[in-house]
Amino acid sequence: MKEIEIASLKRLTEFVKLNFGYDFTNYAMSSFKRRISRILELYNINSVENLITKLDTEKDFIETFIVEITVNVTEMFRDPSFWRVLRDDVIPGILLNHERIKIWHAGCSSGEEVFSMAIMLKEMGILNNATIIATDLDKDILKRAQMGKYTLKNMELNSKNYIRFQGNHKLEDYYSVKNNLAVLNPDLISNVSFRSHDLVKGDIFNKFDLILCRNVMIYFNQNLQNEVLRRFHGSLFKFGYLAIGSKESLIWCDIANKFIVVNNEEKIYKKFRD
Amino acid sequence: MVKSQLHNRYKAIVIGGSAGSFQGVVKILSNIPENFPLPIIMCLHRLKHVRHGFVEALSIKSNLEVREPYDKEGVKKGMVYLAPANYHMSLELGNYFSMSTEEMINNSRPAIDITLGSAGYVYKDRLVGILLSGANKDGALGMKRIKDRGGYTIVQDPDECMIPTMPNAALAVTEIDMKLKVDEIVKFLLDLAKLYKKY
Repeated sequence: MKEIEIASLKRLTEFVKLNFGYDFTNYAMSSFKRRISRILELYNINSVENLITKLDTEKDFIETFIVEITVNVTEMFRDPSFWRVLRDDVIPGILLNHERIKIWHAGCSSGEEVFSMAIMLKEMGILNNATIIATDLDKDILKRAQMGKYTLKNMELNSKNYIRFQGNHKLEDYYSVKNNLAVLNPDLISNVSFRSHDLVKGDIFNKFDLILCRNVMIYFNQNLQNEVLRRFHGSLFKFGYLAIGSKESLIWCDIANKFIVVNNEEKIYKKFRD
Repeated sequence: MVKSQLHNRYKAIVIGGSAGSFQGVVKILSNIPENFPLPIIMCLHRLKHVRHGFVEALSIKSNLEVREPYDKEGVKKGMVYLAPANYHMSLELGNYFSMSTEEMINNSRPAIDITLGSAGYVYKDRLVGILLSGANKDGALGMKRIKDRGGYTIVQDPDECMIPTMPNAALAVTEIDMKLKVDEIVKFLLDLAKLYKKY
């Protein structure tokens, strides 16, 4: 494995930014470098310079590049204890003050978290009271998210998580098996709106009661994390909730003083200052 | 012991371990004093879905604070850092951690190759990499990366390992400076610490 020079990564990110409008200049270096190594290996490209050439000459390759660069490894009901807190504390708290609940899944990837949310809300009897928007940078993954098809191997893990979440049913009740794939019941996401949205440059497009952005900002450096968090702050109603990954923290971010910690273990924050 | 490898320019110690490494890790932590002059960064294979218990189990025996760092947390000396469950843990230029949920490597997340490899990249010749007992080859490429970047490499003596697959895999892919028993690893670390002024 040849060491990728930071200088060539910079040339690559500048090229992609200039020609395709995607800005990876503020991505966390070590994971970004591994993603690039991975692309070089998968597509048998022997240097970053040749990757730039390929992006320049094969116009569709940028789509592949985006698919491979973004990390799309996730689970349904990842961190079951988080979902229990959402069900038992956070959502009931929101419904005390609002009849409807607006939720944004920022960086929804292949949709596991969106389906988990829909299942949880359905079991709470409030799925129809929810407006859910799910966004991702990667248009291909959004299509996949809407299909809700997952491998049976992944479903084993998802089912274990669901049991730990202590749902009312069995996860099997929510999908059928076709061609060795679990197909989630499409009714679950009938009122979810899936949109392409780049957190790096996206505007504030709506206001929400709850934003979930778990294990997405870990791929950004701290400057970009700060920017994105400012936009999340602007996208939340006062007293709205922000959920991040269990190993992410708002401690270092500029806007930390406008949030209070609701649950430190599950990394759930509440906006209490405009 | 090769004296020239004992110097006070190291910035960090990184340790990888899997099956059969827990006792060794505990022995190392219980013998290292609380004013140890370097950060000890550990990636140990662990159950993906058990977030709690590991830090607590290691803390009981450790004189140093053991913690699972947050994404973008700075690295401090005199701390023991443990890669959290279900995340890969990397070192970044600028001396801080970053987390990722990328694909498993060698069926592992956290993967030792990622922690060791990124530490090797960041600390270059100012790193000591230690690989303990384990049942797969995760960590071997990480050790190679450390060696290639000029770091110092130690594996637990395969004869002492409960399961020597991991140290043997490292020995097969790169030059390892030392094969040491856990007691000797402890002595190496204590000798190293004596070279630092404030110690």
